[in-house]
Amino acid sequence: MKIRLLAGLLTLGLAVAGCGGAKVEDKPSSAAAPSGSQSAAPASGGGTVKIAINPWVGYEASANVVAYLLKKELGYTVELPEIKEQLAWEGFETGDVDVIIENWGHPDLKKQYIDEKKVAQTAGSTGNKGVIGWYIPKWMVDKYPGITDYKNLNKYADLFKTSESGDKGQLLFGDPSYVSNEDALIKNLKLNLKVVTGGSEAALIKGAQQAQEQKKPLLFYFWDPHWLFSKTELARVNLPPYADGCDADPKKVACDYAEMDLDKIVSTKFATSGGKAFDLVKNFTWTNEDQNAVADDMTNNGMSGEDAAKKWVEANTAKWQAWIPK
Amino acid sequence: MSATAVGSPPRVKLPRWAVPAAAAVAFAVGYVVFRGVGTLPHDDEAGTFVALTDAREWVDDNKNANPVFLYFINYIRLFIDGLFQTFETVLHALGWPGLLGVMGGIGWLAGGWRIALLGVAGFASFGVLGVWEHSVDTLALVATAVLLSLLAGLPLGVWVGRSPRLRRAITPVLDYMQIMPTFAYLAPMVLFFQIGAPAGVAATIIYAIPPAIRITALAIEQVSPTAVEASASLGATRWQTLFKVRLPLARSTMTLAINQTIMMALSMVVIANLIAAPGLGSDIIKGLSRENVGIMLPAGLAIVVMAVVLDRTTMAAARQRAHAGLSLLKLAVAAGIAAVGVGLAYALPPEFPSALELQMGGPVNEAVRWAERTWYPVTDALKEFTTRLLLNPLDGVLTTAPWWLIAAAVLAFAFWAAGVRPALTALGCLLAIALLGLWEHSMQTLTMVFVAVTVTLAIGLLLGIAAARSPRFSAVQRPLLDAAQTMPSFVYLLPALALFGATRFTAIFASVIYAVPPVVRLVEEGLRGVPPTVVEAALSAGSTPGQLLRKVQLPMARKSILLAVNQGIVMTLAMVVLGAMVGGGALGYDVVSGFSQRTDFGMGFAAGIAIVLLGIMLDRITQGADRRPSPQKRKPI
Repeated sequence: MKIRLLAGLLTLGLAVAGCGGAKVEDKPSSAAAPSGSQSAAPASGGGTVKIAINPWVGYEASANVVAYLLKKELGYTVELPEIKEQLAWEGFETGDVDVIIENWGHPDLKKQYIDEKKVAQTAGSTGNKGVIGWYIPKWMVDKYPGITDYKNLNKYADLFKTSESGDKGQLLFGDPSYVSNEDALIKNLKLNLKVVTGGSEAALIKGAQQAQEQKKPLLFYFWDPHWLFSKTELARVNLPPYADGCDADPKKVACDYAEMDLDKIVSTKFATSGGKAFDLVKNFTWTNEDQNAVADDMTNNGMSGEDAAKKWVEANTAKWQAWIPK
Repeated sequence: MSATAVGSPPRVKLPRWAVPAAAAVAFAVGYVVFRGVGTLPHDDEAGTFVALTDAREWVDDNKNANPVFLYFINYIRLFIDGLFQTFETVLHALGWPGLLGVMGGIGWLAGGWRIALLGVAGFASFGVLGVWEHSVDTLALVATAVLLSLLAGLPLGVWVGRSPRLRRAITPVLDYMQIMPTFAYLAPMVLFFQIGAPAGVAATIIYAIPPAIRITALAIEQVSPTAVEASASLGATRWQTLFKVRLPLARSTMTLAINQTIMMALSMVVIANLIAAPGLGSDIIKGLSRENVGIMLPAGLAIVVMAVVLDRTTMAAARQRAHAGLSLLKLAVAAGIAAVGVGLAYALPPEFPSALELQMGGPVNEAVRWAERTWYPVTDALKEFTTRLLLNPLDGVLTTAPWWLIAAAVLAFAFWAAGVRPALTALGCLLAIALLGLWEHSMQTLTMVFVAVTVTLAIGLLLGIAAARSPRFSAVQRPLLDAAQTMPSFVYLLPALALFGATRFTAIFASVIYAVPPVVRLVEEGLRGVPPTVVEAALSAGSTPGQLLRKVQLPMARKSILLAVNQGIVMTLAMVVLGAMVGGGALGYDVVSGFSQRTDFGMGFAAGIAIVLLGIMLDRITQGADRRPSPQKRKPI
């Protein structure tokens, strides 16, 4: 009986989806749309917007504020699927993702999905400046003069030695999905360091917190904006300054990360048919302080994303009023 | 040099340690002489990786044109998605009182009022923990995966049980499916099924279907041949024999298959969330990126509770006698309980009342912070000690020794411990790893597995012996072991990260917690299995308890202990990838990279295969040792 049921469901599926074959972007709901089109038009006149959630809190803060406004001001339904950066781009193609609210560079993905596949496009800057860099806990700056200059790193490399890095200093790295020039930098700047793969954001944050509290030396990869800066004092190590094109060849990079204009990426479909929701996403722009405030509420004050967004929205009416499409 | 150590059986009567000792000395000398020669350092852009990545790109580019996708894979995806959405809609539509009622009804059918009460209380706790919505999503995901696994797995299992040839063909495939780290096939899943629930369900099925097939096959094989013969002699057709004799007789073991499939599916909940499948996993991932154990713990507990409820319910169903059947009265009572629940759904608010929700985030986080601050000096010292004394030296030896020397050593050891065939399999696995271009990382992973298994065994033996001696200790320990096994490891990774930092030790710590429970159980069972007459005889001969343990109980429980070693290894390998997220590095990190950077896809996939190869190698060696008579009893010829 079960087998008959299975066969029945299969035939049904085949019949519903028609005989042209199923495309990657097909969904069971859209396949059934002709028969139930009235359900696709919610009373609010909005629709569903899918904002991918990439795995860092600053991102979540931006996404939640935009989601809150889409829901409360424009009457949309918002889904927040949690997807890593690269997979989220694939979501543009399949229709699982409409918006990436904070994109860190990714020129290769832009080329593939915006220029070649044409399934996505940028929707302008978020106003946030993203900086990746090497950081140390603040107390080290006071104790070891000149440590924030990369030229002195070799002198202090012994401090960073751990049982993981052997006879070299440890440079702690995070999630493998992050943008990284670490290996090239160490090689090209002839630093006596070794990248130790922490494997996650949690590994970096816990490392930084213990480094501050237990006064343990630590050199690690990190980025701003991040809520951790409001909790733990960190200092950035100055690598040779960024100049245009110095990171063109990933193997020959010998300069700091560029300050990145974080931008929003939307699917082409959403850009053309997203209506007011798209306009709101396009208009959305705020500062690092704004984002850190929301992210801090979410992380350290135990608020849900929605509550933190609500708090910010209620306190900053003037800012978001400008984003709402007329 | 190695060949002489392996191949020449001594003619003269030597003490039994002489051959292994000579071999060990030979390898030590070989290492000192050839150190640093013939190593295979890691290269991120090895040819195999690039080829695999290119293959992936090709599939990606042709997804919308290739008939395999248009007429086959995409329909599977749509079908799974439809099924999942049906479950999701129905479960949510029941509302919380309705679902509690239905669970109560099922519990009543399966095992009477105790199980019914457990089901209701357990499911109500999802609401109390404040994770009702996500729990229902998880339930829908697990239900979809389990239903599909059983639809495919049970018939296949019956077939495998009837055909030894098919069994031989399918066993390595099932091994592969279970040892392959789930992370490694997440990326291909996404490639074929896109992100979202269908890919999550498909990944879960891959992991959950092997026990369904294996245990069903076992159940069918165990049906007494006399019963089958009797039925055949009465003139039953083959189908009649199957449906009226074999299946009913195998029923209770087959319920165990369902039970294990559900448990396996539940353990995939968090991983499936990494490819955007909905459910409790999202709270756990969120907690991880926000450093918030308070967010993760309720979701983790909900998964444990769900596992316990489903486990006890299916086990109760398995224990019921086959002929007790379902009387109308029982069905009516169950339907009544369910109907009350559904009826209440109209009367009560649709959302779980927030007044009943337990706010545990704050205190939990406080406690974790306190432990992190206070225990750090001790844990840090422990980590340093283990790393410098055990991990680093072993790592150094394995990565600087020539690959052929290690291969020869493994061959010799496998031959000594397990025999010719396992030795050749082990050698084949090592050569394949070298060809994949993952030698160095595999050696690093092997180091971690080795240390983790050693620690796991030490703890497992200790706890297992204690449990076998004191039933009370065993009773206290059991629920803790259950929780350690079903609690998603992500939950205790955060405190572990703070206490040990992002290091290989942290990864080992996580895998020890995960692997200890089955080892304890197997050791305890083995010791309890020693016949009481033997124990009494030893005691009356004047053995002290220590002597009894060392000379009688442990040797007699050897089979169980070897199986415990085997299980410990498999479980440790399963944690290699997760360990990479807290500093484990090596193969696990390659797999995670392959999942999150598309340019590393090939490396990740190859690393997944390398983990399987390591698993098969270690499995064959330990299983071989299991089947072989004790090497200590073998006389030199």
